[in-house]
Amino acid sequence: MSIVTVQLGQCGNQIGFEVFDALFNDSHCPRGLCSKRENEAYQASCKERFFSEEENGVPLARAVLVDMEPKVINQTLSKAARSGRWKYGQHSCFCQKQGSGNNWAYGYSVHGPRHEESIMNLIQKEVEKCDSLSGFFIIMSMAGGTGSGLGAFITQNLQDQYSSALKMNQIIWPYGTGEVIVQNYNSVLTLSHLYRSSDALLVHENDAVHKICAKLMNIKQISFCDINQVLAHQLGSVFQPTYSGEGSFHYRRNPLGDLMENLVPHPEFKMLGVRNIPQMSENSLAYSTFTWAGLLKHLRQMLISNAKMEDGIDWQVRPPLLGLPPLGKMSVNREIHFNTSIANLVILRGKDVHSADVGAFKDPALYTSWLEPVHAFNVWKTQRAFRKYEKSAALVSNSQSLVKPLDRIVGKAWNMFASRAYLHQYTKFGIEEEDFLDSFTLLEQVIASYCNL
Amino acid sequence: MTQSVVVQVGQCGNQIGCCFWDLALREHAAVNKKGIYDEAISSFFRNAVLIDMEEGVVNEILQGPLRDVFDSKQLITDISGSGNNWAVGHKVFGSLYQEKILEKLRKSAEHCDCLQCFFIIHSMGGGTGSGLGTFLLKVLEDEFPEVYRFVTSIYPSGEDDVITSPYNSILAMKELNEHADCVLPIDNQSLFDIISKIDVMVNSGKLGAAIKPKSLVTSSTGVFKKRQEKPFDAMNNIVANLLLNLTSSARFEGSLNMDLNEISMNLVPFPQLHYLVSSLTPLYTLADVNIPPRRLDQMFSDAFSKDHQLIRADPRHSLYLACALMVRGNVQISDLRRNIERLKPSLQFVSWNQEGWKTSLCSVPPVGHSHSLLALANNTCVKPTFVELKERFIRLYKKKAHLHHYLQIEGMEESCFSEAVSSLSALIQEYNQLDATKSMPVEDLPRLNVAV
Repeated sequence: MSIVTVQLGQCGNQIGFEVFDALFNDSHCPRGLCSKRENEAYQASCKERFFSEEENGVPLARAVLVDMEPKVINQTLSKAARSGRWKYGQHSCFCQKQGSGNNWAYGYSVHGPRHEESIMNLIQKEVEKCDSLSGFFIIMSMAGGTGSGLGAFITQNLQDQYSSALKMNQIIWPYGTGEVIVQNYNSVLTLSHLYRSSDALLVHENDAVHKICAKLMNIKQISFCDINQVLAHQLGSVFQPTYSGEGSFHYRRNPLGDLMENLVPHPEFKMLGVRNIPQMSENSLAYSTFTWAGLLKHLRQMLISNAKMEDGIDWQVRPPLLGLPPLGKMSVNREIHFNTSIANLVILRGKDVHSADVGAFKDPALYTSWLEPVHAFNVWKTQRAFRKYEKSAALVSNSQSLVKPLDRIVGKAWNMFASRAYLHQYTKFGIEEEDFLDSFTLLEQVIASYCNL
Repeated sequence: MTQSVVVQVGQCGNQIGCCFWDLALREHAAVNKKGIYDEAISSFFRNAVLIDMEEGVVNEILQGPLRDVFDSKQLITDISGSGNNWAVGHKVFGSLYQEKILEKLRKSAEHCDCLQCFFIIHSMGGGTGSGLGTFLLKVLEDEFPEVYRFVTSIYPSGEDDVITSPYNSILAMKELNEHADCVLPIDNQSLFDIISKIDVMVNSGKLGAAIKPKSLVTSSTGVFKKRQEKPFDAMNNIVANLLLNLTSSARFEGSLNMDLNEISMNLVPFPQLHYLVSSLTPLYTLADVNIPPRRLDQMFSDAFSKDHQLIRADPRHSLYLACALMVRGNVQISDLRRNIERLKPSLQFVSWNQEGWKTSLCSVPPVGHSHSLLALANNTCVKPTFVELKERFIRLYKKKAHLHHYLQIEGMEESCFSEAVSSLSALIQEYNQLDATKSMPVEDLPRLNVAV
């Protein structure tokens, strides 16, 4: 089954390019550490999911590119075409001349309705190219105007028009210290709307990825390209084909469906995060060897101590002892020590993957009480290695780890809202104080729900 | 690709405008060699309207090297001038030329397939730029309500030679308060101080290496100005560079674009507080090619120093409502973030906007530089300029000096003056209220309580 990607705004398009590039390069990587037949099956599966084919054999990304101003899309199209290996469809773009001005209301209330038909038509065309649709992957930022506002509008439309297809939104959480001054307003409005219309929100925080670039990848002058490439690596390790079961030799057919089934058991809890290990510069790879035991141990500790990378993990944090009452309800104000999960999915790729022991992840203490570990935890193992990593592990989790960032954004937006600053920019385009209040209410409920796990 | 229409009004406005076109053409020529977005960029600047109520400056333009850039159809001129009288500019020439101005603006707008903003360049102290320039604002607001109005206003310095400049400025301020989306106030004294500083550096021999010739923020292409550069030329070039950098992210590619509508969105938290203090760094570039991070960081530090502001203001010791950093050249997000982290502790932001930073990265640097930074601050440090202006006005108005020149114009009454002063006083009061919150502790407000 195929995934149709919708890339929205500058961020969405810049990241989208890196994701397709990473997926393509990995699937054509010669060192798959598996048999030729398996490698071919992997390639075919990746292709079915993410690429369609043009007459001359050049793979076309299954993507629709949307932006309200032309510069980024033009850049993205030419970058892809220049690579010579894959490209975007010439007619898969929708572009306007004037952006959204970082204004969520403009993206949602003006651009949305105005361009609804054209954009949905483009998506429809892409959907028709798929033999069978697994769902939509929508890449957008929260801080700006197009990705956030128009993204929310389009997701709602997708829910209406393709009610049986799944929607996963890849959301970029902005740097804490502003990229955009009204980013907290835009984020609050985006998250509250997506919570109602999306099936899962896969979150990547710029701050976290930035640290990975600085500490693990050893990049001195970090650019957005570097950040996007790390992100693409993480997404690739999740979305590339995996075997459908222990001892199986067929790749999963419904990637989005499988992800949702494992990770989103309850609609109140939709926020997912990704962790990946090992993450390092390619030069250092040659000098490192890893064991599954070591990787999994680090990954588990990253989960429970809420670390986003394998450097600086707090090894003091331990899950609460079984049988004893939990150490008081989680309060956002206290230093959170233990990160409770609703559901976890570990994806392992590479050499001797079947020998990897994931037992430690099945510990019921890691999870909230209303879900049995057998339902809360899943593992997908695939022999075929990812990129140049002899062994790599990804963890997609639905846990409390996003509560603190969410709380921070809501708090800052609330402070600003109390002073009524910038509101005239939103009311100008039909987003009233009522809409803000609704959004705040919804998000406070989400925060409370996660805190009470 | 969005377009803007530049409207240059009065002697000052037109002189600055010319420097701007001169530099813009130079920038395009340099970029076109690399062939990036040629057609789009050239269309950005196609539309200008030149207005002056006396012919001297505009004629000079039409006879100079820029004569091919402009078409006489883009000009509106008269002979007699406004006599440094806002009322003449606003009321007399306003009504006389309203139709003609509208016609020219409509034509310019028609040439744009996506008109995003009007840039008005004028001075506040005279008659035409001040009076007719602000009359224009109302016209633009009525005729093109969706298009942003960015105004670059040259405020009179203390030693201004126009006696009535306080009257003109205050009357113009009322219009700016009510009809502009964003105002970039600039004063001649600050520009002059910047030039003096550059001269000192250049001539002191302190610098080990030579300064790259085209890198001076005050330099022009050299083609236009044959005679010895007078101080005004250098000063006008600074303002021209400001406008060029303001629009760079909309014209060129970058990893974090910023369009003009984003400036208004992020920097104007309340409609009346739309005055932005600007600073440009570096003022020149040394000839050595490798810029160590220290120099890059110095560029950021300078942006906040009171010596680099284009108006007499000290943002560091006042309260920030919002700040935008528009970076050009080989600078990455990590450099930007490092400097924000470094400088943040020494700056005071209003309680509800503690992280009030808007940033943009444009890959194409200005000609002669490897990187540059334009900082726009919505900061209470504009207040002293307004307070001083008000004081000068009151000194004059108390004695009713020169008032008859204004009152004899049809449509002018004493109430025009009193309304203008109240408008300014109200604005000053807003800034006072914000300043009062400066030393208060920042507390988080109680949040909504929800049942789970």
